[in-house]
Amino acid sequence: MSRTVVNAIVNGEPVAFLGGGGQSLLDALRDELRLTGTKEGCGTGDCGACSVIVDGRLVCACLMLAPEAEGKRIETIEGLADNGHLHPLQHQFLEQAALQCGFCTPGLLMASKALLDRNPDPTETEVRYWLAGNICRCTGYDKVVRAVMDAAADLRQEEKPR
Amino acid sequence: MSGVEYISPGTVAEAISALQAAGGNGRLLAGGTDLLVQMRGGRAKPKVVIDLKGIPGIAAIREEAGGFIIGAAASGALIGEHEGLRKAWPGVVEAANLIGSTQVQGRASLGGNLCNASPAADSVPALIAAGAICVIAGPNGQREAPVETIQSGPGKTTLGKDEVLMAFKLPKRPAHSGDAYLRLIPRTEMDIAVVGAAVSVTLDAPGKCISARVSIGAVAPTALLVETAGSALVGSSFDDVALANLEAAVAVACKPISDKRGTIEYRTKVAAVLARRAALIARDRAQGSDRAQGAAS
Repeated sequence: MSRTVVNAIVNGEPVAFLGGGGQSLLDALRDELRLTGTKEGCGTGDCGACSVIVDGRLVCACLMLAPEAEGKRIETIEGLADNGHLHPLQHQFLEQAALQCGFCTPGLLMASKALLDRNPDPTETEVRYWLAGNICRCTGYDKVVRAVMDAAADLRQEEKPR
Repeated sequence: MSGVEYISPGTVAEAISALQAAGGNGRLLAGGTDLLVQMRGGRAKPKVVIDLKGIPGIAAIREEAGGFIIGAAASGALIGEHEGLRKAWPGVVEAANLIGSTQVQGRASLGGNLCNASPAADSVPALIAAGAICVIAGPNGQREAPVETIQSGPGKTTLGKDEVLMAFKLPKRPAHSGDAYLRLIPRTEMDIAVVGAAVSVTLDAPGKCISARVSIGAVAPTALLVETAGSALVGSSFDDVALANLEAAVAVACKPISDKRGTIEYRTKVAAVLARRAALIARDRAQGSDRAQGAAS
């Protein structure tokens, strides 16, 4: 067998799973770790549905091999809410109906989180360019962009010292 | 894709040994944004995938002797965040950052872009215009080769079967230097170049061009260095005659195909126009003004 044990930190928890050179991180997350929030759309890095954050970097889980996750810190949609409390991004996506079928939503949320982690006050143009790799066929993007802008404002408010 | 062995060597010597041991069934992995797509689609069927990112320095950027060494597997995101590189080589950085989405930028590398050998690879014309040199490791040690000697056709390179591209060397910039890359795509993001053009220039203090390199992409089986286009600028102050000569030289060098992205005539015309515009942006940057920054995509 060409599979080996891969050790990684997923959403803050140490995990170990079997990974091979023919297996994507996406397949490992979904099939080995049963974290099925991360979706497979195109499988070729075009649609962004499988977006996850690896060591602080936004990537398509379909374009990374499972064994490459060794020693890495991985954030998926399952780790976005804090103990049942929705992240401001999730809250605003619901508030503004920034989704319809919901298939692209985990990817859009993780991509948006990666943006706000490094740029807490993005312009609308910056949001649109950053999310260009996340394809949504339902919303027409306007509601998504508004939700991200408002979540950014919410987060900035939270950060302010009281 | 099942049954593929993954190895992550810690030295280049181990990577070369693994490549030799795989006997033609090994593929080198940098960012994987092309390789994984090819494996999934069945166009690449490696038995062994050799991940280069465990080799010290291969995914990093460092300054050396006033120039830069960009590791072959350094990500586009890393390149875009490097202040010194952005200042010295804005054209190389903008070309690298045009590849794919934010997600793809998190992984895609200059080494992969060159070795995948697409005629439309965005970073390749910019590296050629910049005069970048490849550092290549093989079983008998290291050699260096200009970027324009690496691609030999669509999907083909001149690298040996047991050679590993380690890094790109960008030379120290003389004063009054600038570079730029422009590409045409039918929308603003997430597409493959119909035409790409890169220009790097150095001016004298009054603003006359003393050296210029021009490279075009997606208009021939490989990215091309167009020496006659560079010569058209040298000695000029970017006047209309010099720019017309640049356009003519570029148009003559184009050997495009007609496909769904553009016809031969269209690509040839656009290559000339983009080269002219890139030359003017490179000049503005060389003069320290940067009106055009961010306008190119």
